[in-house]
Amino acid sequence: MIVPAFASVVDPQLPPSTGVFVVASLIKMVVVFTVYMVSVAMLTLAERKISAWIQDRRGPNRAGPMGLLQPAADGVKNIMKEETYPDAADRVLFVLAPALAFIPAMITWAVIPLGSPLPTPWGRIDLVVADLPIGFLFTLAISSLGVYGIVLAGWASNSKYSLLGGLRSSAQMVSYEISMGLGAIAVLLLAGNVSIDTIIQQQATQGWNVFLLSIACFVFIIASFAETNRLPFDMPEAESELVAGYHAEYSAMKFSLFFIAEYANMITASALIVTLFFGGWDIPFTLWDNTAPWSPLKSALTFGAFVTKLAFFLFFFMWIRWTLPRFRYDQLMSLGWKLLLPLSLVYVVLIAALSLALDRAGVGRGPLFGVILFGINIVLVGLLAFIADRGRLVSPATSRLDRRRVAALQSRVPPVVPASGAD
Amino acid sequence: MAITAKVVDRPTDEVSYVRATLSGLANTFRHLVDPHKVTVQYPEEQWPVSPRWRGTHRMLTTETGAAKCVACGLCPTVCPANCIKLVPGEDATGNRYPLIFEIDEFRCIFCGYCQEVCPEEAIHLGRHFENAEYSRDRFVYDLARLTSQTHEVSELWDPAHPTGE
Repeated sequence: MIVPAFASVVDPQLPPSTGVFVVASLIKMVVVFTVYMVSVAMLTLAERKISAWIQDRRGPNRAGPMGLLQPAADGVKNIMKEETYPDAADRVLFVLAPALAFIPAMITWAVIPLGSPLPTPWGRIDLVVADLPIGFLFTLAISSLGVYGIVLAGWASNSKYSLLGGLRSSAQMVSYEISMGLGAIAVLLLAGNVSIDTIIQQQATQGWNVFLLSIACFVFIIASFAETNRLPFDMPEAESELVAGYHAEYSAMKFSLFFIAEYANMITASALIVTLFFGGWDIPFTLWDNTAPWSPLKSALTFGAFVTKLAFFLFFFMWIRWTLPRFRYDQLMSLGWKLLLPLSLVYVVLIAALSLALDRAGVGRGPLFGVILFGINIVLVGLLAFIADRGRLVSPATSRLDRRRVAALQSRVPPVVPASGAD
Repeated sequence: MAITAKVVDRPTDEVSYVRATLSGLANTFRHLVDPHKVTVQYPEEQWPVSPRWRGTHRMLTTETGAAKCVACGLCPTVCPANCIKLVPGEDATGNRYPLIFEIDEFRCIFCGYCQEVCPEEAIHLGRHFENAEYSRDRFVYDLARLTSQTHEVSELWDPAHPTGE
């Protein structure tokens, strides 16, 4: 079935036959998996380099040029290390947990489009591993599974620190998952569909969602940080409180897998942010890249645009990590439940009402729709910044004591202390 | 003396976290792009060692190449760590010289008393610290090794300073 499928030349702009589709999907899986794993390895190096530069250091530079072989050295080290199992650990779950932490992050990539469709002599190949019609729901469902790895690791280790780390992680995930979902609903309201391809096309015509739905984007990015357990939300592994949190009992490659999972989650979260709010593979200010006929040049350029946006967000994740300190646990919870949740709820209602009103007023879903939403968005962002920052946005970042109070305090006569015998 | 209170002009409770976060990000970004890095690439670059640095010992020699030591026995006496082993000998003309002179660099605390007490200015500490070895017994330096070393010797005090001598 497959060989004749490749023998016959069809229109490059039309979907391929089943045989070609199967082969192309297999190739895409292998390529995406390889590129993904290599970028995870490179991210560990990038993290160390960026942390070093921010702290005026140089970072790893001994293994290979610019330290490029450092990930390989780390990998070899982790494989050679001894695997240890705590006496009272639940063996099966203990071994299963690292894999469970890593796999969901990778599966999410199946539905993220990497570029515009690529025309080949055997038909049009979509640059996405699986173009699910319910792509967005799929990402939500799978990303919620990521917490299982961490919770199981915490529980199976049979250690108090690990258990606390796992508990914190689940509480954090449950709290922020809601805001994340609600933030994304605003996107779905504009796109009118849960297919990721439609969401990207909507952003190409109306403008990127970050300009139309800044508040949803803000909520989604914060929730993404919480979901990936990155600083300032790294409560599950808070070194200063829980030794290492859920992976305190892990060693060698099983530990390394948690590390890989963290970076894999980071890539996935960045890809979701890019896809939902920053136009996916859309090249800004132009429409030629979003319309047929497709060409290899378009595919290459849109892929470049996607990678650039992705790289920026990966950098952003690291930049935030090496800038902000960790939240206290109650601060984390109050941010999630008292600020982000009500905010995203109100926002969803607002956006639903707005798009309904605009539809009734006869404004089609096009550039004009985007411009109106953009205007309203600016007002809303200003309002939110004013309220969230308690009106201090334009005044100095810190308010000093009243000058007169300082003078009064400083001129106060100090109490006379009876001189002690020795002095 | 009466106790005074220093009133510090601290920020009060109403602060802007948004601005603080943004200024923090700007600060880290400035450091990120700043080409000046403080790391010293150790084996290739090294900080200068102070002239008063007390490191690996050296035994100075006379013009003939023999050790200056006259085996008077002051350094093993003054040594607080008891790390100097000295067996004195005497040649045909009655000059004393060390038969065995060993310093255990593991026991040594690098106080510099031996250098200070030596009447012949023979034993010195050196401006040198890279003395790694593959076995523990290599850290007992014998006379041949002490005399063959070439690094600069330590100045225990600064002669130019008014209180220095």
